[in-house]
Amino acid sequence: MISTGAAPTTALEVQARPAGFVVDVASVARRAIRQIPREPEAVIPALIVPIFFYVLNIGALSDITHTAAKFSFKSFELPVAVVFAVTGVSRASALVTDIQNGYFDRLMITPVRRLPLLLGLMTADLTLVMALAVPVIVVGLALGVRFHGGVLGIVVFVILSGIWGLVFTGLPYAIALKTGNPGAVNASFILFFPITFLSTTFVPKPYLQGWLASVANYNPMTYILQGLRSLIVGGGGVPGSEPTWNAAFLGQALLAIAAFGAISLSLALLALRGRVRRP
Amino acid sequence: MTEPAIVTEDIARQFGDYWAVAGVDLEIAAGEIYGFLGPNGAGKSTLVRMLCTLLRPTRGRGVVAGFDVARDPEKVRLRIGVALQDAALDDRQTGRELLDLQGRLYGLRRDERSVRVEQVLRLVDIGTAIDRLIKTYSGGMKRRLDLAAALIHDPDILFLDEPTTGLDPESRAAVWDEVRSLNEQHGTTIFLTTQYLEEADELADRVGIISRGRLVAEGTPDELKRTVGTDVIVARVESLTDTTLRSLQAVPGVDEVVATRNEVMVHADNGGAVMSPVALALHQAGTTVVSLTLRTPTLDDVFLQLTGTHLQGEVTSDAEGQSAEHTGDAGHAEHEDHSRHAEFAARPPQGDGPGSGPVPHADAQAGMAETS
Repeated sequence: MISTGAAPTTALEVQARPAGFVVDVASVARRAIRQIPREPEAVIPALIVPIFFYVLNIGALSDITHTAAKFSFKSFELPVAVVFAVTGVSRASALVTDIQNGYFDRLMITPVRRLPLLLGLMTADLTLVMALAVPVIVVGLALGVRFHGGVLGIVVFVILSGIWGLVFTGLPYAIALKTGNPGAVNASFILFFPITFLSTTFVPKPYLQGWLASVANYNPMTYILQGLRSLIVGGGGVPGSEPTWNAAFLGQALLAIAAFGAISLSLALLALRGRVRRP
Repeated sequence: MTEPAIVTEDIARQFGDYWAVAGVDLEIAAGEIYGFLGPNGAGKSTLVRMLCTLLRPTRGRGVVAGFDVARDPEKVRLRIGVALQDAALDDRQTGRELLDLQGRLYGLRRDERSVRVEQVLRLVDIGTAIDRLIKTYSGGMKRRLDLAAALIHDPDILFLDEPTTGLDPESRAAVWDEVRSLNEQHGTTIFLTTQYLEEADELADRVGIISRGRLVAEGTPDELKRTVGTDVIVARVESLTDTTLRSLQAVPGVDEVVATRNEVMVHADNGGAVMSPVALALHQAGTTVVSLTLRTPTLDDVFLQLTGTHLQGEVTSDAEGQSAEHTGDAGHAEHEDHSRHAEFAARPPQGDGPGSGPVPHADAQAGMAETS
């Protein structure tokens, strides 16, 4: 390399080197997080919709549920509102935009490792969904919902919801990386409905009937809601249960998230591998 | 650094049945500006994408900065900077954020990044817009930022894929200055693709002409121009017959006659001396002359002579392989459809003999390449 020394561009000789896995993830995440407040149109609905339905549902249904002793419908529904807030929020659309406009190619030409291109986005998603859970919880607290586990209960609640939100992003990312098609990514929202509604979304498990009861038994969402509810009302939301920490319910919730994540994240990783393999 | 910056051996890339790059041999010295000239769809971008590790060669080999692009892509990536054809930027970052991220991905420390960002900004003038979101940038600013991003890690080799396509003349001149000063001040090897003759002529130490996935000629701009003779007389005519061409060919002092639709190019060592005889020959052949001009050869003449088609003024889509659509219809250059094109391109370069007609077709490549 010829260097004149006098030229301004040669004042510093730098040597490019692999940045390291953690730095790669952090760099990709940093960019993704910085973009979030720049597209409020993507975040605000994710916040308003769950709060709207939460207030609507408890307004409409609270009275007819008061017949059961020790049952608070607003406590029972708060986990549903939080799940609505954290499910399906991802940077998958932004990833498709990158793929389409060629910025993804620019990243691929850099020495960045390939896995951090996805993990960085997921890190940003985890940050965002936990941030989205907080205002929903605040609304619940303002309406009189109380966590029997106190602050620690709230923290566990946010973390559990956050990792659920994270594993769900595997599906939109898989679709984004596989297809590079924005329409297909938007359509992934459809997956949200069976997963969140074919469960104990509005009615405690003992009261579910017929086919819905059978389906709910196999839906991981049933166990996730049960775990989240156990942090508020105890007993997984079953009327009359005592407000205590329930290791079994929390364990089942984690297991349900892990099972779902094993599938969704595998799909996303496979799609990533296909995308970054040189054609 | 004495080893060549870029070497390719019969590098080729197939998409389906179609060879976008059909076996190209290159050797580009460190510190050289190499201009890769060809129309849309000639295979320029495909070659660049192979050399910068985005596409895998179907056959052959590419060595960049001493590393094989197929076997050691990670090592190649550390040493190259790339600005692809469409400035690939993220509208929702500021220019500075984009450069900083780029620096992070190349493993630069915080202090290195802040110094380098200032340095590349001195080279690539973006002004205070650097702290604005990229979506507010003009096309020229985006190209300059793209160039800055390609330079952040101080690469040894810079790939620029059509760096000035779509830019206004002023922005184009600015990019040229930047490329030149980078090469002169820093010794950066620059591999530049372009469909603009002036650009190759202006910037490149050596030019390779690519047509339909093959290198059809290579040399310094002057060497290439010399291959078509010293002077060119261009006659624009209303119609053209074989008789006209034959009588022009018979004019003493005329080296070669190349015809397209309504234009005849007469190559001669001493253009001034044969101007009158050429005019007379046209007149006697009964040809109505619209204009008659004398000029020195351009790279377009080289391109025309090699491929039977003008480099510019073609109406081409982005589709690969459509570049020969508008070849001259004076009976010399034949139209080649897509399938014939693929068949042609699939033959090895050694198999093609020198062309013999007044319009040397791409078949002339073997002979031409040897002259450089």
